Parts: sequence; C-alpha cells; structure tokens
Amino acid sequence: MTAAEAAIRTTGLTKEFGRQKAVDGLDLEVPRGAIFGFLGPNGSGKTTTIRMILGLASATRGDIALLGEPMPSALRSVLPRVGALVEGPAFYPFLSGAANLRRLDAADPPSSSRTRSARVTAALDRVGLRHAAGKKVTAYSLGMKQRLGIANALLAPRDLLVLDEPTNGLDPQGTREVRTLIRSLAEEGTTVFVSSHLLTEIEQLCTHVAVMSAGRLVAQGTLDELREVGRSEVRVETPDTAEAVEVLGRLGLVPVAGASGVTAELDGKLLPERVTAALVEAGVRVRGIAVEHQTLEERFVALTGEGFDVAG
Amino acid sequence: MSRAEPVAAPPARAFALLGSELSVLFRRRRTWAMLAALALVPILVGIAVRIRSSSNGPAFLAAISDNGLFVSFTGLTVSIPLFLPLTIGVVAGDTIAGEASLGTLRYLLVAPTGRVRLLLVKYAGAAVFALAAPLVVLLAGVGIGALLFPIGPVTLLSGNTVGIDGFAVRALLLAAYVAVSLLGLSAIGLFVSTLTTVPVGAMAATIVLAAAAQILDTLPQLDWLHPWLFSHYWFGFADLLRDPIAWDSFGQNALLQLGYIAFFGGLAYGRFATKDILS
Repeated sequence: MTAAEAAIRTTGLTKEFGRQKAVDGLDLEVPRGAIFGFLGPNGSGKTTTIRMILGLASATRGDIALLGEPMPSALRSVLPRVGALVEGPAFYPFLSGAANLRRLDAADPPSSSRTRSARVTAALDRVGLRHAAGKKVTAYSLGMKQRLGIANALLAPRDLLVLDEPTNGLDPQGTREVRTLIRSLAEEGTTVFVSSHLLTEIEQLCTHVAVMSAGRLVAQGTLDELREVGRSEVRVETPDTAEAVEVLGRLGLVPVAGASGVTAELDGKLLPERVTAALVEAGVRVRGIAVEHQTLEERFVALTGEGFDVAG
Repeated sequence: MSRAEPVAAPPARAFALLGSELSVLFRRRRTWAMLAALALVPILVGIAVRIRSSSNGPAFLAAISDNGLFVSFTGLTVSIPLFLPLTIGVVAGDTIAGEASLGTLRYLLVAPTGRVRLLLVKYAGAAVFALAAPLVVLLAGVGIGALLFPIGPVTLLSGNTVGIDGFAVRALLLAAYVAVSLLGLSAIGLFVSTLTTVPVGAMAATIVLAAAAQILDTLPQLDWLHPWLFSHYWFGFADLLRDPIAWDSFGQNALLQLGYIAFFGGLAYGRFATKDILS
C-alpha cells in the first residue's frame, strides 16, 4: 500500500516524556475507507498517538502522514478535512450547544460563515441534539456532551474522522446510534479511526484493528486476520471419547476429554477438515464438530497481558 | 467527499474567529460582572461626594460638586492602580490557560486554528476589553455625575474651557490612553497564560506583577528602573487635559507598551508555538 492510499500512516513514531517512552516506534497504517479500531489498555499510548497525529503534540522521532500529507507541516491544509473527538468532549459551559459549535466552526479557516448555521443544525440533527441546541452546555448530561462532541467532528464533510472513545458515557441506545452513525459515515466514504477499550464495540464495528500495549503496536490488520493469528480450538461432540482422544493424539494435538466430547487446541497448520476426515476414517461417531476462534477479548488479553497470558 | 478549499482564508473569514472570540468574551457573565464592578467605582465616588459635599474636602471633590462631569475623571483615576489591572489580569490571564482548562484549546487547534492566529485573536480580545473597561468607568461617571450634580463646560488644567463635545473628545482620548497603558500588562498576562493550564494561577500572577511594578515605581533607590516599568506612565494622562494637547507622554507610553507587547508577545509565541497540548 502506498502512502497516498493510507488515511493515516506513521513510521517509527516515538514520543518520549523525559526518559519514559509513551509511544515507541509506532508503524501505523490506516487504509482509506476503513473503520479502524485502535485498541489498547489505559495508558498504552493511544491518546498520545492521536495527539501527535492531530498536531497537538510533537513527535520525538518518526514521521506522520495524514491523508497523504506530512504532519505537522501540512496541518493547515489537512486538518479541515479531519473531524476529531479527542479525549472527551470539551465545551464552553456558559454557551449553548449551537453557540459552541458555531464557535469551533469559526475557528476552522476554510469554513464559510454563510453556511454555518445550516451546517450546525445539520450536525446537531445527525446526533439527535436538535431539541437541546439552545440549551447551555452546563445543563447537558455526559451523554449529550458526548453527542455534541461528535456533532463538532461532523460540522463539515470530512475525509477522516478520529474518534477517541466515542461512546463514552452513552446509554446502550446512544451507543447503538453512534455505531449506526459511524457505519453510515463510512458508507459515504469517510475513513473512521476509533480508539476504544470496549472490545465488543470494536468487534461489531470495525474492519481493521490495531492493538497497542505499553507504547508499542503489538498487532495490526483486518479484524479477521487478527482473529486468525490467535488460538482456535476444535470441539468434537461424540460418545466415543476414548477413540476420539486417540485419533486426535495421532494428529499431533493435545486432546482433553469431556463429558460429551473432546476438545483440543488447533495449531495453525492443521485444517479442521483433516480432523473430521481422520475421525470418520477411524469410525468415531461424530455428532458435531466445531472450530472456535478466540474472541477478540481473549486475543486482546493475550496480546497485552503479561507472561503466561501470551499466546504460545 | 469534498476537498477543503485552498488555505488562504479571505479576510472576512480571517475575522470570523475574532468575532467569535469577542462574542464569547462578552457573553460571559464574568465579563459583565467585572464591567459592572468597574462602573460601581465612579458611582460610589459620586454618591460619597454628594453625601459629604458640605464639608471642605480636597480640591477634586469641590470640582465634582461644581461639575458632575468630573466624576468620570475621578472614577478613572481611582480605578487605575488596582481595579483596572485586576480585571485585565483576569481577562489576559484567562486567554490561553482558560481554554486549556476547559479543554477547548485542543478543539480550537484541531479545527485548525493556527497557533499564531489564536495568540493574535486572544490578545486582540484582551485589548478590546482593555478599551471597554475605561470606557465603562467614564460612561458610568458621566451618568452618575449628570444625575447627582450640575454639569456644564469643563475647565481644563491649562485654564481653557471646553463644552460638552470638547469634553467628550477628551474623555475618549483618556480612555484610549488608559487602554494603551494596559496593553503591556495584557501581553504579560498572555505570556503567563501560555505557561499553565490553571487560569486562576495566570490571573493571580499577572495581577501580582501589576502591583509589584507599581511598588517598584515608588522606590527612589530604583529610579533607573522606573522608565522601564510598564506602569510608569499610567497616571501620565494629565497632558491630554491641556489645550493644546501635549502628546509627549502619550507617545512615550505607547512606545513603552509596544516594547512590552513585542517582548512578551515574542515570549508567548516562543512558548506556545511548539508547546505540547496535553490538557
């Protein structure tokens, strides 16, 4: 993939605070059109990375290309095409929701004041806040502020959205709405970069995933790729457990007999169909066979956890 | 998706942020509270003089009871050492640190507002307040003076007399002089504001510096330093109340304030242009 194709590309991106490396040699590649999930435990360097990508903080080393242009030198021409929600929404509490959006829109040099009111109304509509447009933000709930933060990212047509924890503070209904909104934006051609520690959310939403741990990127790829590198398990339902254990043992697996069948961890090379064939050949009565991939959560813990948690 | 237009913003758009800044500043209840407090100064002066006008007070009190327009001058003089620097300290100290503490700074920068543009707009906002503050004192003074005392032609320090329109011109010049006087302090406040994300700290530091400069200005041992203190010409507006107007102190004051703007503006730029925004 060339740099022009990537919505975000970092090479060797490093941020040091004194001796501590908050971000260490990050090579991130977000393809255009993707819904990209950026995962990592708290303190793993996600927000610092986002701050550097958006030009809020400078990198100690490394390069950033945002929509094909170098950051932070091309900041003025790139950022109007990027909508962002960074580390929670922030607004002037003494201004109304609409007035806050007008203020932040006025700060965007290419935005036209003639279309401002219309765009503010459209953005508020899109996040379901139109009824609260005239209310002061100090009277907003956390979820409403979060919606207003997303509305701010949608004030103009964007090529890229960077959303840091977009569903933070939202009720289940709001979470669903935000998910639907992100999908519809992606369908319109916007690349969406979502950071989160809510794995189920990423699993339901994203096409691509990157996982950070202690400042380093530990995995990156499509959701399926990431799942497949993880462990998977074959579960055979059979009354002939003893025979099944023997067959699986011959295939080089380490089977565990249970009450209604046998389970064994699959290594990457052995295909499930070979297991089925071997079982049938040996006359084992197979009532059911299933291959279960590790959930993203298990994979996540394996990638970011310590010692014995790391996948073998 | 539509691409963003070329970056060079037409002038109307360049001023959009300044308009927004002023509207945010003057929509805050705090700003109006400070202006109201400033308006209270000449009002209290007027009422106090009215109550005690029978006794023999200082000369300016007698002048006030003869002509209510003097309440405005007196109110301004009383406000200069403390109340005006206090309000300027609040506004200038809040410029960057206030946005940082709200978290709106990161959204302004990501919008993207260029950092230099943001500093300029923030400083312009503080400068507008520096002009609004003495204007409010003068207007409140004229209002309460007209209400409580007879008003009429004003006798200048040079002995000439000007009518109401002449007085209006002098009053505006006076407001301009005081506004210019406060520009150096505003620049200091802007710089201090880039150092912290705690606006109250920046406000306090700015106000303390204003007090310190005035104290230093009274120490004869430091007379070599006096012409360099930003508060040195704060009371030098008497020349504007002569006929013809002597512009010397206005010019010296403007030059000194310009120096402070250049120095602390430069420091603010140096600090803010490359600062990591982590709030």
